[in-house]
Amino acid sequence: MKNDLRRRSRKIKSGIAYFLCALSAILALIPLVLILGYVIFQGAAALNIDFLTQLPKPVGETGGGMGNAILGSLILIGIAAVLGLPVGVLAGVYLAEFRNPRLSWTVRLLADILSGVPSIIIGVFVYTLLVLTMKRFSAFAGGVSLAILMLPTVARTTEEMLRMVPDSLREAALALGIPRWRTIVSIVIKTAGGGIMTGIMLALARIAGETAPLLFTALNSRTWPTGLDKPVASLPVQIYTYAIAPYADWHEQAWAGSLVLVLMVLLLSVGSKLYFGRKMRSVK
Amino acid sequence: MAGSIITNNLSASFGDVRAVEGITIEILANQVTAVIGPSGCGKSTFLRCLNRMHELVPGARATGEVIWDGRNIYAPEIDAPEVRRGIGMVFQKPNPFPLMSIADNVSAGLRLTGMRDKTEIAATVERSLKLAALWDEVKNKLNKPGGSLSGGQQQRLCIARALAVEPDIILMDEPCSALDPASTQKIEDTMEQLKKNYTIVIVTHNMQQAARVSDFTGFLLTRETGEPGRLIEYGPTSKIFTMPDHKETENYITGRFG
Repeated sequence: MKNDLRRRSRKIKSGIAYFLCALSAILALIPLVLILGYVIFQGAAALNIDFLTQLPKPVGETGGGMGNAILGSLILIGIAAVLGLPVGVLAGVYLAEFRNPRLSWTVRLLADILSGVPSIIIGVFVYTLLVLTMKRFSAFAGGVSLAILMLPTVARTTEEMLRMVPDSLREAALALGIPRWRTIVSIVIKTAGGGIMTGIMLALARIAGETAPLLFTALNSRTWPTGLDKPVASLPVQIYTYAIAPYADWHEQAWAGSLVLVLMVLLLSVGSKLYFGRKMRSVK
Repeated sequence: MAGSIITNNLSASFGDVRAVEGITIEILANQVTAVIGPSGCGKSTFLRCLNRMHELVPGARATGEVIWDGRNIYAPEIDAPEVRRGIGMVFQKPNPFPLMSIADNVSAGLRLTGMRDKTEIAATVERSLKLAALWDEVKNKLNKPGGSLSGGQQQRLCIARALAVEPDIILMDEPCSALDPASTQKIEDTMEQLKKNYTIVIVTHNMQQAARVSDFTGFLLTRETGEPGRLIEYGPTSKIFTMPDHKETENYITGRFG
């Protein structure tokens, strides 16, 4: 009798806990679904081939597109990847594989602080460092600020993925007389490769949508990119410019731009998770 | 002789903690030498000092001499990877490389130290798998991942991998403690075959195993908690297990402690 009661109260508590967890999970999904749905709803109307391939038209003329901003965003992400990925990945390798306690502690702390610095501050920093000294806004300056922004994420995810590789594999390789560097490159990094690639893709997806650090580094442009030392358009800045302008057809274009940006980010993050996630599972 | 190891007053520590102290022993070529002793007596640490694996643990240090092939492997001009190619190791838990096929696992030590010759690699893979008594079970699935094998097969794969780099000596750190009796039997049979061409040093918890497989036995013991482990007695296995010189050895092998 008493046992029966106890069992029932346990069951009820378990049910409540389960319900609260499920509810929270659904609540967390609602904003994502709403944002996606709304962006598709608003953006799909103005999205067409012209939008993807044409330059913006002057005020008053209809049509035109954000082709230059899409290309500009790809250039900026490319610069950031070329500058930021090698440094970030190698820093992660250092943190995980060469355990010098004091330097590692310092680097890890700085990386964590850097990842907490608001992106606009990084923009201001690069503005002072590059834009003022070179006396021009440039794609290069924009790329550098995005590279700085992705650096801590890439370094820390690389470190974490490498730490997930069991020490028994490092020992197995070293015991075969394989040198340390070769063990790290061919065994440890390769084993963690899928996870590291996922981290890189997520970092790229994150910087693809950054606006603030580009406002006073890459600035904006209404023409096709002509050089890394020239200002360049980018999707987030173009969306921002169009969204705050007083013209209805610019607003529509801003929505279409948002849709393209969201799709780019989704492609990067979901795609990499599906592809590399499968690879990682085979390791375990 | 390339297959023998002499240690001279060998001590090892982790930071300030001394794990083993003053071990002087001559391990003979083409024999199976077992190292036995209760948990925490430093048997594994001692074994890992013999091919410079001990120093990989942060803060770990070894002092004294380990003479192999006429040279002290702790001399400053000696390169640790080169020592490990001559003195291979098999670990307690099978640890095949998860992303590599069976064949690539076996040839990893060759490929990753610069060997390119495909035919020679294939020949070594076959020879090593045969030596480890695994060839017949895997010859039709050499491209399958190493992790797809059973635990006992994985351990024999690890033995084949260690043999592929052609060491003189193989160190085995409780190689059967994660395996079932049938797999243990196979590994013990393999060791019997291997000792014709290799020297084997095996650390084991299992006294029956030491008695079954080894020609010589060393008994390590920590006399007081916090003290480093010391070599209490070393000699032919038949003597250690029937008429040991020390009371402590007798107590241990008759199961009175440990």
